[in-house]
Amino acid sequence: MLDAPKSDRKLVAVENLKMHFPIHTGLFRRHTGDVKAVDGVSFDIYEGETLGLVGESGCGKSTCGRAVLRLYDITDGSINIDGDEIGSTPQGQLRGKRPTMQMVFQDPQASLNPRMTVQAIIQEPLDEHTNLSKEEKRAKVLDLMDQVGLNRKFAGRYPHAFSGGQRQRIGIARALALNPKFIVCDEPIAALDVSIQAQVVNLLEDLQQEFGLTYLFISHDLSMVRHIATRVAVMYLGKIVELATREALYDAPLHPYTKALLSAVPEPDPDLHDTMDRTILTGDVPSPANPPKGCNFCTRCPAVMDICKQEDPEYREVLPGQFVACHHYNGITDAAEIIAASEAQ
Amino acid sequence: MPDGAQPVLDVRDLKTVFKVRGGEVHAVNNVSFNLKPGELLGVVGESGSGKSVTMMSLLGLLPTPPADVQNGTVTFDGQDLLSVDPETLRTVRGGKIGFVFQDPMTSLNPVYNVGMQIMEPLRKHMGMTKKEATVRAKELLELVGIPDAERRLKDYPHQFSGGMRQRVMIAIALACDPKVLIADEPTTALDVTIQAQILELMKDLQERLGMAVIWITHDLGVVAGIADRVLVMYGGQIVEQSPTRELFKNPQHPYTRALLKTVPRVSGGREARLAIIEGQPPILGAQPTACPFRDRCDVAFDRCSQENPPRYAVGAGHDAACFYDANTGAPRDA
Ligand SMILES: Nc1ncnc2c1ncn2[C@@H]1O[C@H](COP(=O)(O)OP(=O)(O)OP(=O)(O)O)[C@@H](O)[C@H]1O
Ligand SMILES: Nc1ncnc2c1ncn2[C@@H]1O[C@H](COP(=O)(O)OP(=O)(O)OP(=O)(O)O)[C@@H](O)[C@H]1O
Ligand code: SF4
Ligand SMILES: [Mg+2]
Ligand SMILES: [Mg+2]
Repeated sequence: MLDAPKSDRKLVAVENLKMHFPIHTGLFRRHTGDVKAVDGVSFDIYEGETLGLVGESGCGKSTCGRAVLRLYDITDGSINIDGDEIGSTPQGQLRGKRPTMQMVFQDPQASLNPRMTVQAIIQEPLDEHTNLSKEEKRAKVLDLMDQVGLNRKFAGRYPHAFSGGQRQRIGIARALALNPKFIVCDEPIAALDVSIQAQVVNLLEDLQQEFGLTYLFISHDLSMVRHIATRVAVMYLGKIVELATREALYDAPLHPYTKALLSAVPEPDPDLHDTMDRTILTGDVPSPANPPKGCNFCTRCPAVMDICKQEDPEYREVLPGQFVACHHYNGITDAAEIIAASEAQ
Repeated sequence: MPDGAQPVLDVRDLKTVFKVRGGEVHAVNNVSFNLKPGELLGVVGESGSGKSVTMMSLLGLLPTPPADVQNGTVTFDGQDLLSVDPETLRTVRGGKIGFVFQDPMTSLNPVYNVGMQIMEPLRKHMGMTKKEATVRAKELLELVGIPDAERRLKDYPHQFSGGMRQRVMIAIALACDPKVLIADEPTTALDVTIQAQILELMKDLQERLGMAVIWITHDLGVVAGIADRVLVMYGGQIVEQSPTRELFKNPQHPYTRALLKTVPRVSGGREARLAIIEGQPPILGAQPTACPFRDRCDVAFDRCSQENPPRYAVGAGHDAACFYDANTGAPRDA
């Protein structure tokens, strides 16, 4: 795996994306508030790279992935994919754009229709978006099955006859059917056994090499993201708090939340557990319907200062390619000072 | 954990079979292990390898039929839990043995407030008055790190976050000062930061209360961090048992070795490609007569498909059920 992006062309550019879900309460279902699931995130994804998106349950990862593919009508922001601005395009006009962008879902069980054969499931997008003949479609489906390592003989079987890892392959074959450029993988391995996870991740990497695919890889598994991603974005309560190359993020994280998150990952090595300095965060994540004043992380941050409870920190590029939203880096641009500010926390 | 101490729980030759349409599932085959006072025993293994069924069998929690615990003894407090009367078993369960299971059957009831659910075992097993139980329930919520405990006793499960609900479950399991806590994947649905909180709590409780813990998980990182000893299960059997450090340094069973290779890490060298275990888990249709791992094993030879390997001692407290000796790289003597 190359570390530098394969190209410097931005395939996906997201600017100030917001996705708020209205809360209606009372007898008259009045609009009384909003779940700010995604609350102003900006990031780019370069062609051929994998951007990892990590963060705790409920921080808005899936909502972000779905919003980028316009599976929602977004609250605000712009989304540019492969040169087209689709942020405010009406749903009806998105159809032509759909083949370029696809999604692989978390739960292989729930995302496949149990009453359809594997053949029919993989073929569905072809039925919807192409004018291929019946024979052409059949041939294409068998090709796809080969590509994801599913035995062609199983084309007539139903999803229940497959293991979790095989079901995830069916979902991947289906996502590949229309030769997409960009795939959002939403926790594609979370429901799988450890030994099967590796198979699916290897497959995703092979397909990326072969077809030059670009991935947004959503996961709460920080070790797996380190393996697959070129760059990584860390979300907390609807916002990106840090985005950096894999090396910078894992070796020299700047945001207090990224540091806590990494130190909480249990490593499969008993010696490390004895020597490692852990930051155990206390308390629970606040509700996205009622985020705290100031920095979203201020209620749990081990390095909190007075200003954090007053003002929302600016998200900016503090080091080349490393974006952070934290008051500890206010007003400094010099690399040595940034590192000193990080170590002082 | 003092070596050679009398075990608090001793399981011998446990065998559990499910009768299903068109046949049987031999889910647990001749499983033997023990648990020493104050120790934390980790249990790992592939999905379907029999981890949950083993623990549910020994607590008599499986519905019969379809389950049939056909053989074995489970010695706890001088009696065999598999042959005591149901009433005695109920007293032990939730009393001296606390448990937190994956399945919804044993999780929180949405229609009762959390206080009532913690107080129930206190009144049933410890004969506390309502007032005593309320005081103790509040202490337990504080113990598992839930702020504002007194007020929260009146809250219903849906008013808690996922991590807090799991802490409430642990509070219930701990209610009667159990000698043994059995926790089945209690942190899988959790986030790393909340998981870290719970693991710290477990270590602390185990040290302070001297409780012995069985902790089932898929996460080798968790095992490395908290377990004293580890059981590795595959295909309904214990294929390796070892002190934790030894298991990671010197894994002996080919399944354990393969498993340790498949997990990536957040620090140290980064592998270009993840190792995988080829093949499918075994179908447990009958009493096994060969090694359950043979079809996926990279060192399998003739004998592996002719006999089911016994557990060979390979070091202090360390055994592996394999005909191949990983240290010499040759088959063991017949
Ligand atoms: N359709 C919806 N209506 C209202 N609230 C929603 C909706 N979808 C998501 N949310 C809320 O938005 C927040 C973010 O949810 P999201 O599913 O994006 O989180 P996530 O980071 O993917 O979490 P997980 O790791 O558990 O999958 C949560 O508080 C969730 O309850
Ligand atoms: N009620 C049942 N009827 C039939 N078979 C069952 C039943 N419950 C469990 N099994 C089978 O018993 C075997 C062991 O299952 P068990 O739940 O103990 O696995 P596990 O190791 O806990 O897996 P996981 O890591 O997925 O929780 C599996 O093959 C499973 O399909
Ligand atoms: S801004 Fe303050 S509260 Fe937020 S992460 Fe930085 S130090 Fe912590
Ligand atoms: Mg999600
Ligand atoms: Mg289980």
